[in-house]
Amino acid sequence: MDYFNIYLTGVGGQGIGLLCEVLLRAADNAGLNVKAVDTHGLAQRGGIVVSQIRIGDKVYSPLIPSNEADLVISLERHEALRAMNTALKNSGTLIYYNTVWQPLEVRLGSSNEIDEETINQECLRRNIKLIKVIEADLDNVQMQNIALLANICKYGLVPGINIDNYKQAMDDLMEGKMLEENIKTFDRLRM
Amino acid sequence: MKYLADMLLRQEAFSEIVMGNTAVVRAMIEAGTRVVSSYPGSPTPEIAVAIKTIPREKRPFYFEFSTNEKVATEVAYGAAVNGHLSTVFFKSVGLNVASDTFVQLSYMNITGGMVIVIGDDPGANSSQNEQDNRHYAHMSYTPVLEPASPAEVYIYYKEAARLSRDKQMPVILRLTTHVCHAKEKVHFSEWIEQTADDTPLFDVANGPYIPIAASLVFPMKRKALSRLEEVRKWSETSSVNRVIDNKNSQMGIISMGLPFMSLMDVFEKTDQKPDILKLGVVHPVARKRVADFLKNHKQIMVVEELDNVVEKEIKCIAFEENINVKIFGKTESEDWIGEYTPDKVYEVICKTWPDLLPNKKLEESMPQVPLRQAQMCPGCGHRSAFYAIKKALAATDITVADIGCHTLGFLPPYQTGQLLMCMGASTSMGAGLSLFNTSRKVVAFMGDSTFFHAGLPGIINAVFNSHPITLIVMENGTTAMTGHQDHAASGRNFNEITEAIPIRQVLEGFGVKHIFETDTYKQSMLISMVKEAMQIDGFSVVIAKHPCMLKFTREQRRKKSYVQQQVQINSDKCQNVYECIERFGCPTFTKKSDGRISINKDLCIGDGSCIQTCPRSAVEPLKKA
Ligand SMILES: Cc1ncc(C[n+]2csc(CCOP(=O)(O)OP(=O)(O)O)c2C)c(N)n1
Repeated sequence: MDYFNIYLTGVGGQGIGLLCEVLLRAADNAGLNVKAVDTHGLAQRGGIVVSQIRIGDKVYSPLIPSNEADLVISLERHEALRAMNTALKNSGTLIYYNTVWQPLEVRLGSSNEIDEETINQECLRRNIKLIKVIEADLDNVQMQNIALLANICKYGLVPGINIDNYKQAMDDLMEGKMLEENIKTFDRLRM
Repeated sequence: MKYLADMLLRQEAFSEIVMGNTAVVRAMIEAGTRVVSSYPGSPTPEIAVAIKTIPREKRPFYFEFSTNEKVATEVAYGAAVNGHLSTVFFKSVGLNVASDTFVQLSYMNITGGMVIVIGDDPGANSSQNEQDNRHYAHMSYTPVLEPASPAEVYIYYKEAARLSRDKQMPVILRLTTHVCHAKEKVHFSEWIEQTADDTPLFDVANGPYIPIAASLVFPMKRKALSRLEEVRKWSETSSVNRVIDNKNSQMGIISMGLPFMSLMDVFEKTDQKPDILKLGVVHPVARKRVADFLKNHKQIMVVEELDNVVEKEIKCIAFEENINVKIFGKTESEDWIGEYTPDKVYEVICKTWPDLLPNKKLEESMPQVPLRQAQMCPGCGHRSAFYAIKKALAATDITVADIGCHTLGFLPPYQTGQLLMCMGASTSMGAGLSLFNTSRKVVAFMGDSTFFHAGLPGIINAVFNSHPITLIVMENGTTAMTGHQDHAASGRNFNEITEAIPIRQVLEGFGVKHIFETDTYKQSMLISMVKEAMQIDGFSVVIAKHPCMLKFTREQRRKKSYVQQQVQINSDKCQNVYECIERFGCPTFTKKSDGRISINKDLCIGDGSCIQTCPRSAVEPLKKA
């Protein structure tokens, strides 16, 4: 593997920042050369948030060229499709949390909500591996990012990073009750 | 858990993954910086977030958020002529506000040294333009160092500080958005804490410090120019400029900053790579080094983001030195626009050298995704205000927006705010709009941080020159859009509790005769106040208050006693009137495929500002089972 590009997306407030930090640090713990960037402007106010992670020895800019992401991680369904369109390469992998935060256009009725089927079809057409995550028993919204992380770990979606690397990263970033709850959810969902 | 403060204060050398904005703080500490000031603005506020992790008593330097960028620059300058190495940081357009002071700095003997950290924003990710602040550097004879990565941010800041102190001149460290926010592992040196000598060293003999009349101004300007020449000489040999030698005698590229990284990516997979001269000092340009590079190649391309500042200098060098080389730079307006990402750099190179890079295949058609624009948060007091105020306005009235979260009121469904310029401009633009205008009322909006930042002169002018407009101050107690920094009316500064400067009293002090004030959740009250204010023949102000609910909810969630509140839709009462989505517009309200309304439980904070808006009273507090 020369390099591996990860494109993370979601809506402001979904906790993409922590997810990016965990992945970034996990890659570093695994001894990989890694860089990342958060790319959001006004977006924290209910807009799109994006983080990009690039792993590899010959990687320079933290920004991934269009459609060169090997893995897209999305915390929301509309953003999953948007990122698939602009960032994901054909035969890459998409993992998304199947929840919807309706954009204004959808609420006003001028556009239709993106349904699961549209994404399924696109994945088939472009030979994209699809993992859809939904945890009905997740009582805390703030844990959706960890639910995704658990699945990323379970399916080994990022080559070269193992369970301990992820846990060490979480340990570096959190403490106390928050750490405990996140590790608990992570362990429960990655089995 | 790893604590940022421990890392920033570590004595031994170490490596850690950090963002550019964090790397600069460690560099400040190692360089012995004593005074740092700022006014918040993206992409730089995380510098202050890193500083804040260090408890005040352990902080090796003084830090403040000043009321605006000009004030911040003056604070840093004052400290620097007293012998303290200082730094001011702010966003791109902040330099416009600071400029009156900034352009004078190079005339002064800044004995302590002063680094100006600027966060430019190619791509206008979070700014009202994408101005290239290297122009200001030229205008003011100020050197500019431009790093391309967090590791370089750290090294270049220390270099800028050393240069500034040695030459007693201001030095700019020019960051761009994705250098500020890039994260990578940086190797930090050890930090040997020195006890600072805090003797006030200001001495007129170090000057002159009074630029007045040609007899004083000219010698000061001569000094500024000669110092800039000294920096040019230094940059001829400094390792801050470097060449990537690919043994290519035909083609060379001159680049700098993040576009250099894009270049490296673009050429990573090709066999034929041009040589690259990477400039770390982008002003003044190392003349001899550039000339040598030009002489050694047949064709040169300048890959430069935003304006063709360096390109012009390079062409000038080639001309003056009589070098026979073809130089390619910007040709069409798109070359001046947007960030030089790997994609953009690929395009720019293909235009000049069509055969050099492998073809990229064009995208097939993809399914469309509805646009998602930023919007106000659930519970935002600004939403409640716009929803209500819109009812008080006639369709012909002119609404003037200002900078802040409330700018988003210009979007549907409120569409309130038809002009926007820059911080604090709304009242005065409104004043102009009211001239020769008796038929269309003018209403201006302004946030509370902006009120103190640049709003005051326009407000005083409205009183002084009797402009018959209504100003609505959107007071949420914080500088919300940039990440909740305190301001003069917050009752706290960066370091401690302070006496709040109440906006109402300020207005009274200015002689504003008609002041109304209400919480924005009291919508009918707000509507009648705005109507009344707009009837007044004179300048009137409505203070529309509600604490920032994002900040408030975050604080509440940290408390043990916190109980999550939400609203629910009473489906017996709901008749799909859609007031909640079509006019109130809280993102919590979701339209199901059958047209019914539901609540997005991930979003609702239960503030209840929506309850009063439903004509069928179908929105009600969620009763816990
Ligand atoms: C000269 C300048 N400095 C800083 C900024 C960055 N900025 C954008 S929005 C904003 C917040 C304004 O706060 P406030 O007026 O209180 O409005 P709020 O966001 O709280 O609604 C700032 C500082 C800017 N746009 N221009």
